[in-house]
Amino acid sequence: MDRGLDRRGPEVAIKTPYSIILAALPLLFLGAFFFYPLASILLQGLMQDGHWDLSGPARLFSHRAYAGVIWFTTWQAALSTVLTLIIALPAAYVFARYRFAGRNLLLSLTAIPFVLPSVVVASAFQALLGSRGLVNAWLMDSFSLTRAPIALDHTIWFILMAHVFYNFTVIVRIVGSSWARLQPEISQAARMLGATPLRCFREVTLPLIMPSVLAASMLVFIFCFSSFGVILLLGGPRFSTIEVEIYRQAVHLFNLPMASALSLLQILLTLAFMGTYTALQRRTTVTLYPESRAVTERRVSTPRDMLIVGATCLFVLMLLGSPLAALLARSFQGPGGLTLDYYRNLSVNIGQSLFFIPPLKAMGYSLGFALSTLVMALAVGLPAAFTLSRASGPLGAVLDPILMLPLACSAVTLGFGFIIALDEPPLNLRTSVWLIPLAHTLVAYPFVVRSVLPSLKGIPNALKEAASMLGASPAMVFLKVVAPIVSRAVVVGAIFAFTISIGEFGATVFIARPDTPTMPLAIYRFLGQPGDLNYGQAMAMSSILMLVTAAGFLLLDRVRLDRGGGY
Amino acid sequence: MALLTVQDIGKSFGGRPVLEGVSFSLDEGGILCLLGPSGCGKTTLLRIIAGLERPDTGKVVFAGQDMAAVPPHLRAFGMMFQEYALFPHRDVSGNIAFGLRMQNLPGELVARRTREMIEMVGLSGYEHRNVGELSGGERQRVALARTLAPRPRLLLLDEPLGSLDRALRERLMLELKSILKTVSVTSVFVTHDQAEAFAVADSIALLMEGHVEQIDSPERIYRHPASATAARFIGLRNLIDGRIAPSGGIETEFGLIRTPVLPGDASGTVTILIQPDAARPCAPGDDEKAGGPVIQGTVVNMLFRGRGYTLEVRTIHGTNLLFDLAGPLPDLAVGGGVRLLVDPAGISVLGSGPSVY
Repeated sequence: MDRGLDRRGPEVAIKTPYSIILAALPLLFLGAFFFYPLASILLQGLMQDGHWDLSGPARLFSHRAYAGVIWFTTWQAALSTVLTLIIALPAAYVFARYRFAGRNLLLSLTAIPFVLPSVVVASAFQALLGSRGLVNAWLMDSFSLTRAPIALDHTIWFILMAHVFYNFTVIVRIVGSSWARLQPEISQAARMLGATPLRCFREVTLPLIMPSVLAASMLVFIFCFSSFGVILLLGGPRFSTIEVEIYRQAVHLFNLPMASALSLLQILLTLAFMGTYTALQRRTTVTLYPESRAVTERRVSTPRDMLIVGATCLFVLMLLGSPLAALLARSFQGPGGLTLDYYRNLSVNIGQSLFFIPPLKAMGYSLGFALSTLVMALAVGLPAAFTLSRASGPLGAVLDPILMLPLACSAVTLGFGFIIALDEPPLNLRTSVWLIPLAHTLVAYPFVVRSVLPSLKGIPNALKEAASMLGASPAMVFLKVVAPIVSRAVVVGAIFAFTISIGEFGATVFIARPDTPTMPLAIYRFLGQPGDLNYGQAMAMSSILMLVTAAGFLLLDRVRLDRGGGY
Repeated sequence: MALLTVQDIGKSFGGRPVLEGVSFSLDEGGILCLLGPSGCGKTTLLRIIAGLERPDTGKVVFAGQDMAAVPPHLRAFGMMFQEYALFPHRDVSGNIAFGLRMQNLPGELVARRTREMIEMVGLSGYEHRNVGELSGGERQRVALARTLAPRPRLLLLDEPLGSLDRALRERLMLELKSILKTVSVTSVFVTHDQAEAFAVADSIALLMEGHVEQIDSPERIYRHPASATAARFIGLRNLIDGRIAPSGGIETEFGLIRTPVLPGDASGTVTILIQPDAARPCAPGDDEKAGGPVIQGTVVNMLFRGRGYTLEVRTIHGTNLLFDLAGPLPDLAVGGGVRLLVDPAGISVLGSGPSVY
């Protein structure tokens, strides 16, 4: 059988010394920079003075303040998810069912908020609706008010709005694609059997898209549950999710056992949610028949169609575009009108303190860290992808979750693990400049694997065998067959790694040394300072960061689209 | 009076006309087949009748009522879709009961009718099967039962046997015809397969490039196709040019063919069709007395078909013709000469326009 032949290749391959080195590289990296810090968190949380002590985790549930944090984390995530669903489902329908000019571009644009760093999103919402934001300034100006009429700073509404903004695209993409795959004939069959449009939706369409709605909701819930930057920057001191609490306990209160206990809870809950998501996601793929896109999309022809599509596009542009436009506008808006001051002063250290460095320097650090991360994420991710592509059977079943586990860990937990594990021998990196790229690599390399693996797996064995039969050595097979096919996917992975690193906040906030802050960190500090120049510079830096990330993402979308297949 | 009348239907998609001036009518209890190659607009026409698509021009009249303003769910038509479009989230009886539930019938009645339908299509014992687990033939039965359960006023079938393999198709074709006749439902049936159309339909509308080429009974379509295109589509290849002779009859490369049916074409050129089963090898000395034309030529190809042979003959005038001959044929061999006697009843003259039904 073909199957037997297919399996023979990988088994031989995994035993060669070359493949063992390939597999060892990512595993060693994970061992030192993921499992070791994780174990430190475990010990810190469950042991006290050398013996087991469960009082820390127990206090999580007995102590009112901690129970409150857990409760808040849960309900804000649930509420954010429900709001996102209500707002995004109609758009999912329109994108799934209609074909119109600009549809793909708009769909591409909806994903930009999702890839933006949390500090940028926070700045953008401040710029639009914050007390010093554009809308308030305009209202105060128009109606001669002395105080900002819209007071959303440090309220739950700000947090919810930012979460909807972030996750809108998750619902649109996941639910939209399953809706598009739904054969229109199925609901037409229901209509022909006498179902009114409403009944047809309730009894046929809704049950069929339900698995994908649940899966997408679960994903949004996970993102909101582990929300950190948005809560910290927009919520202010009043609101604390588990993630924010880990940060406060560790950095402000130096209560490491409590931070560890919270981290353990966060990790366990995230794993449970991810498990639920995987189970839900599996259900979305079974019931639907594969169907080509062109059949299910319909042209915008009647005035009613035009109204629906036009209103949706306008709404999406307003919802996702207005905060970003406001951010850009605000970065040019000085007290006395339009100005370039905020950009011009980026090279000046106005704080004059040790903790403030010129923003331009922070940008330089960010760039350096992002490039190092890119190289390291490829160095770890490519061997991991090759190993996973060859490992089948039980070996693959074990390796895959091990290598992808960092994806299930929040950046905050990773950063916290770094500060408690890597600041003393055997691995003392406390003063090392490499700490940040290492942490970013941990966050970014799973994306390299996820980009490259499908492309590697998609190469038919027969192709490599044909090359060998034509006289190519294994090295030539790799160079002339495998490398050209996966090169695009490698580029995608590299852009991912760069973009993730340049906007990373959760882990960086723990481990960055005061004199080498990254751009997101500098924005965070500037936003916390009074004075118009600080605020304006935060806006200017956020704008630059937004443009870099958005450009990276659009480039990525481009490279992926050009493939014309695959994923 | 006709139950269904389709009047002058036209439809175009993105400027490209798909249907033009299509008209026909169908009596109660009749089975009309829309036959045509893929892309001829037959599915679009069916969807217009169903109300799933709006025609640009023309109208659909059912039982004397213009259907333009009636949405699909109020038409009480049944439609069987090409890939069946079964509800993947409901089991066999859930699929069949759907239309009955939409009429808000009492549960007991729904259950009884569903059972009846399951029995009729021979799926007893399958009530709670997941439709994803069914074979193609079983799905087809569920789709048929689901469509017939609410007793539709008109049944529309879109390639109901299209996605099944050949052997199964033969069997289900017989079954489908007997079920349609048992419940005596007026039906419009779309297919690209002429064998299917011949077997099931009372009448056939031959649809080519968006217009009706011919509407006739299956026998007449086969024996007297209206045009060369129609003939070719239903698999008839033996088309020969001829001229109307002043003395009556038609002058061809095989000599004068006497035929009473003449179209009113002023130019005098006609196309004649020789049925593939109309020839037999000449026995010695029967040329003159048989009276039919004799075809002389060389055997180019000889395919054994079990019951007989398909013979490809290149005539002495250089035309290639195909004939189905009863076997055995010990005297014939590829490359050898052959003389075939044609039965005049198997020769017809193609009309130059669509015939009137």
